[in-house]
Amino acid sequence: MRPHRIMIVVLYAALVAFAAVTIVPFAYLVFSSFKSQETFFSFPFWPTQGAWWEVDWSGFTGQHFTRLFEETGVLQATVNSFCLSSVTAVLATLSSAMGGYGLAKFRFRGREAITWLAIGALVIPGALLLAPGYHLLFRLGLLDTYAGLILPAIAPAFGVYLFRQAFISGLPDEMLEAGRVDGCGELRIFFSLSLPMVRPMIGAFLLITYLGTWNNFLGPQILLQTPGKYPLAVFVSQLRGPYGTEHGLIMAGTMIAVAPVLLLFLMLQRDFIAGLTAGAAKG
Amino acid sequence: MTHRAGHYAWAPYIFVAPFVLTFLTFTGYPIVLSVQMAFQQNAGPRVAEYVGLQNFAWMLEDPDFWKAIRNTLVFAAASVLIQLPAALGLAMLLNNRIVRAPAVWRMIFFAPVLVGLPFVAVLAGLIFEKNTGLLNVTLHAWLGFDPEFPWLQEYIMLALIIAAFWMYVGFNMVYFLAALQNVRPELLEAAAVDGARAWHRFIHVTIPAIRPVTTFVVFLSLIGSFQLFELPYLLLNNSGGPDNQGLTVVMYLYQQGFDRGDLGYASAVGWVVALVLLGFAVIQRMIGRGDEERT
Repeated sequence: MRPHRIMIVVLYAALVAFAAVTIVPFAYLVFSSFKSQETFFSFPFWPTQGAWWEVDWSGFTGQHFTRLFEETGVLQATVNSFCLSSVTAVLATLSSAMGGYGLAKFRFRGREAITWLAIGALVIPGALLLAPGYHLLFRLGLLDTYAGLILPAIAPAFGVYLFRQAFISGLPDEMLEAGRVDGCGELRIFFSLSLPMVRPMIGAFLLITYLGTWNNFLGPQILLQTPGKYPLAVFVSQLRGPYGTEHGLIMAGTMIAVAPVLLLFLMLQRDFIAGLTAGAAKG
Repeated sequence: MTHRAGHYAWAPYIFVAPFVLTFLTFTGYPIVLSVQMAFQQNAGPRVAEYVGLQNFAWMLEDPDFWKAIRNTLVFAAASVLIQLPAALGLAMLLNNRIVRAPAVWRMIFFAPVLVGLPFVAVLAGLIFEKNTGLLNVTLHAWLGFDPEFPWLQEYIMLALIIAAFWMYVGFNMVYFLAALQNVRPELLEAAAVDGARAWHRFIHVTIPAIRPVTTFVVFLSLIGSFQLFELPYLLLNNSGGPDNQGLTVVMYLYQQGFDRGDLGYASAVGWVVALVLLGFAVIQRMIGRGDEERT
C-alpha cells in the first residue's frame, strides 16, 4: 500500500493541530511567569512592539521568581516536596520489590492469602480510606507529620503486584539456586542477583511513585497543618490567597513546581512509558 | 538438605513483612474502621455517636449528594465517550508507518499528565478566566466569541472536561498505541486483500484485537472519574463553584468529613464510591473472562 500524498498532508495537519493545542498551555505558563504585571494582560504570550516578531524584551522580567524566593516559603516547599517524594519513592520501591519477590520466588504458608490480598487491594479506592485513615493517624498521633504521609504509602499493593509479575517473568529460578549453592545469604542474593534482573521496572516504579507523591495534593492538604511543612502542591495552590491578582507570580510558582518533573521525565521517558504499559499488557 | 531448607525458611517472611505490616495497618484496619464509622455521626475525630443507617438516609435526602453524583457521572461519561475515542484516534495517527519520529510526538502528547492535577488546576484557573483568560482572549480575537463567556461561573463541567481532556488524552493514547503495535499486520493485510475497506478493517480487525486494553483503559478512566477531586476543588477556589455546579462525589466527601468534621458521614460516602467502583471491577472481570474464553 503506497500512502497517498493527500493522506500524508491530512495526517500531519491533524498531528500538528493536536500538538499545538497540547503545547499552548505550556507556552502560556512559561511566558506568563516571565512577564511583568503591566504586560501580562496586554499580550497572551510574548510582549511585542507592533508585529508579532518585534519582541519587546523589556516586557520580560525575573521579578516573580526573586519575589517568590525572598517573600515566600517557596524554597522550603521545594525542599519539602523533594524530600517527601524521594523518601516515599525509595521506600515504596524497595518494599514493593521485596514483597513481589517474596510472593514470586518462595513457597511458604500464607503465600496464597497474601497474593490474594495484593491483587484484591487493587480495587480499593483511595476515597474509602480518607476518613478512617485520618481517624487512624489522629489516634496514632501522626497528624501534621511526614511519617503520616510516608508510612501509608510505603507498600502499595499495585507495586507488589507489578514486581511479582516482573520477577516471575524476568528472573529464572536456576539463578537463585546457583546463588544458594555458592553459599550466598538470601538478602545478598536479593540485592546483588535478583534486583538487577528487574532494573527497568525499578526505574519505572521509582519515577511513578516520585511523580505521584510530588503531585499529591489531597494527602498533605488533609494531614498537614503547619505551613512550613507544605509541599509545593499545597503551597502553590495557596499562593492564590495573598497573591490572587498577581498572575505572573502564581505562574512562576507553578513553573518551579512543574519544571523539575518535566526535566526528570525528559531524561528518563523511555523507562517511564515502558513501566506504565507493563501493567496494561496483562489487563 | 534439611540444613538448606532451614537456611531460607525465614526469608520469604522477611521479604513480604514490610508490605503485609503496612498494608494491614494503613489499609486493612482503616477499611474495618470505615464499616464501623459509616454508622456513626462525628463532630471532629473525638466525638462520635451511633446513628445506624441514618447516614445513608441523609445522603439520599441531600440534593447536594445527588448533584455530586450527577456531575461525577457526566464527567465519567465524557471521559469514556469523548476522551477515549480521541485517544484511540490519536494513537492510530501515530501508529501510521509514514509518521516520522513517533517517539517525539508521543512525548509531546504525553507531557500534560506529568504536570499533575493541582498544577493543572491552577493553570486552568487562569486560562478559563473571564475577559482576561487565554481561552476567551483567543476565541474572541480569532472567532469573535463573547470575551465574557462564563466558563467558571456557568459552564464549569465543560471547563473540567476540557481541562481533563488536555491532561489525559495523551496518557490514554500511550496505552492504545502499545495495543495497536501488537495488532498482527498479517491480519490487516489479509483483510485488505479480501477487499475490506479501511472502515471495515478497523471495525472487524483492529477493534477486536485491542479489546483487552480498551476494557482496561475504560476501567482506569472510570476509577479516575469517580475519584475526581483536585481539579474542580482548586479550579473553583476550594469550593463546588456557584450553585455547586462543579461538586463531585469525593469533594462532597471532603466537605462533609473535613470541613464539617463528620468523619462518620464521610465514611458512608466513601462506601458508596467503593461499591460503585467494585461494580465496575466486576463488570470488567466479566468482560475480560469473555475475551479469554473466545480466544
